[in-house]
Amino acid sequence: MTLDIHNTRGTPVSQQRFTWRELVQKPISKLDDDAFTRVRIIYMNGLENEALRFQHAAARFNASLRLPLAEIRRVEHHQATLINWLLGADHSPLETTIAYEQVAIEVTAAMAQLEPDEYVAQNMRFGLLEDFDHMHRYSALLDRLEGKDANNILQCYTDIMPGRPTAAEHRAPEHDLRRPFDARTAEPLTKLHALSLTSAEQQTHNYYMNIGPLFADPLARQLYAEIASIEQQHVTQYESLLDPSQSLLENWLLHEAMEVYNYYSCVQQESNPRIRGIWERMLDYELGHFSAVSELFKQHERRDPEEVIGKELPEPLPFESNREFVREVLATEVDLRARGTEIVPLEQEGESSLAYRKHMNSQGSPSEIVAQGYAWRPGTELTLKVANA
Amino acid sequence: MEDPTKIGHNRTGMQMSPLHAEMMRMSARDAAVTADASSEGVEQPEATLMAETRREYINEADALGSVPPPGTIGGALKSAGGMISGKRLQVLVDKVAERMAFERGGVRLYDAALVKVLALAHGTPVTLERMKQIRDQEAEHAEILRQALVDLGADPTAQTPGADLVGVQAMGLMQSVADPRTSLPQTLSSVMAAELIDVTSWELLSRLARSMGHDALADRFDHALEQETQHLNTIAGWYEGLLNADTKLLS
Repeated sequence: MTLDIHNTRGTPVSQQRFTWRELVQKPISKLDDDAFTRVRIIYMNGLENEALRFQHAAARFNASLRLPLAEIRRVEHHQATLINWLLGADHSPLETTIAYEQVAIEVTAAMAQLEPDEYVAQNMRFGLLEDFDHMHRYSALLDRLEGKDANNILQCYTDIMPGRPTAAEHRAPEHDLRRPFDARTAEPLTKLHALSLTSAEQQTHNYYMNIGPLFADPLARQLYAEIASIEQQHVTQYESLLDPSQSLLENWLLHEAMEVYNYYSCVQQESNPRIRGIWERMLDYELGHFSAVSELFKQHERRDPEEVIGKELPEPLPFESNREFVREVLATEVDLRARGTEIVPLEQEGESSLAYRKHMNSQGSPSEIVAQGYAWRPGTELTLKVANA
Repeated sequence: MEDPTKIGHNRTGMQMSPLHAEMMRMSARDAAVTADASSEGVEQPEATLMAETRREYINEADALGSVPPPGTIGGALKSAGGMISGKRLQVLVDKVAERMAFERGGVRLYDAALVKVLALAHGTPVTLERMKQIRDQEAEHAEILRQALVDLGADPTAQTPGADLVGVQAMGLMQSVADPRTSLPQTLSSVMAAELIDVTSWELLSRLARSMGHDALADRFDHALEQETQHLNTIAGWYEGLLNADTKLLS
């Protein structure tokens, strides 16, 4: 079932408001809620943060839109707060990291299978295998630093094994750029996918940059420094898929459509009734934003919003385990590398990336060090010694 | 490594800023007037708005989570038809899983502490051999507990509420031991805190198992408790020895 985004007006912006008590609701259960409830919370927080950052940047480039941007941005900020605060404090920062990588893997894999543009899909599969490897490295850290099993967070939905080695993911900036889609001809789903993944990767980058220094362990600090650098590359990769010729208002409209689409996907699949109620409210709010920005778009650009996002939203994004697909991509594409805007076989990788990587890793590779000899086992690798005894 | 208790330019106290300290005191007096300050927060912390807000959240809170049902038929039968009623079994399973999580965290705490010993213990009574022995015993205890969970029909891979709880508790201990700036005595202070928790918790666990008629299990727990008591004695002894050596050096 799809949503008629142009004729569902949602909650008017003037009626969108919160109290502090509403912003700080009781969190989900780390132990009892489904892992995909946590995935949706982290993912939607990422989208809200992108909305915020985009709207702040937009205000710097356009005087006449500053007031509507400020009004909608206030709501986006509070939406982000309400959603992010649903994570309980019994998640250690490292456990939350595992959940972030689960978001990256499962959301990217779901999109890669539905993406109509093969070039964009190929880039998603490329990024997927890198985040997949991060999961392996962070799981090793969680086991070896906190003595915990990452699968308590993953709930068996997502495999833990090496992907494209993190140490080999470091590229020179010119090999992170991609060819943008053409906004005039691209499918709406391609636009939604590219912007959604840009948002998710950006929040992951921000999260690692914020929590990296909270660790006392020097190797943990190094690992966060290293993987944050890859997440920055991923933001570069995905945002370069976005058509830079889109106008500011077109961009804003696409952002609101992206939020509507993803909240709608959450509403359709949420297993926790209380959280589903939150998604419904957020969906109504975003429909209100989309409606308001549609009016601005028509007024300022004399264009029809359907030109940007089509008549109806695509089918919802499925939140589910993509184990088989990920394994298949791993088996066939792990050796692919980047050269300029193209994904190429291993031996054709851009030389500047090799030089850059060699220097970055020249005083040791945190991701290699942390996972030396590590293979995930149920109940941590500490069960290994006993099993072998 | 630098002397962890050397005299230096610690800037946190007011005596280090005589001029600004006086200005701070004056602004504190002004602020106390304008903010309508009272001593309620100090004398009756349970009656403050802060306490009221916390109580509201406590009243509405869900539990951290639940104890999963027995994973095996054998376990389910044991729990239904054996000497332990369902509710009591859940309590035992949660406490065993809690101890296992703490022991695994303990192994990793010792992994970090071992490196401190390698780097800093030369010329002290602290030995790598004993530290490693303690570490290995913590790993053995985790295995005893894992086996106990299997015997009880519980899923040994599940994180129970108690396991979740001790994960939160142990965070500060690990942070303090893993920090490359903390000295050997500072490291031992954190390890000692972990061992103090361990000894009392094993005593409790053993009594709980015995009260439920699980004598064989309780015997295994008592063996671990004996070792934990020795761990505490070793660590506390080292810690005190290092502190004494430090004070003698200064005198």
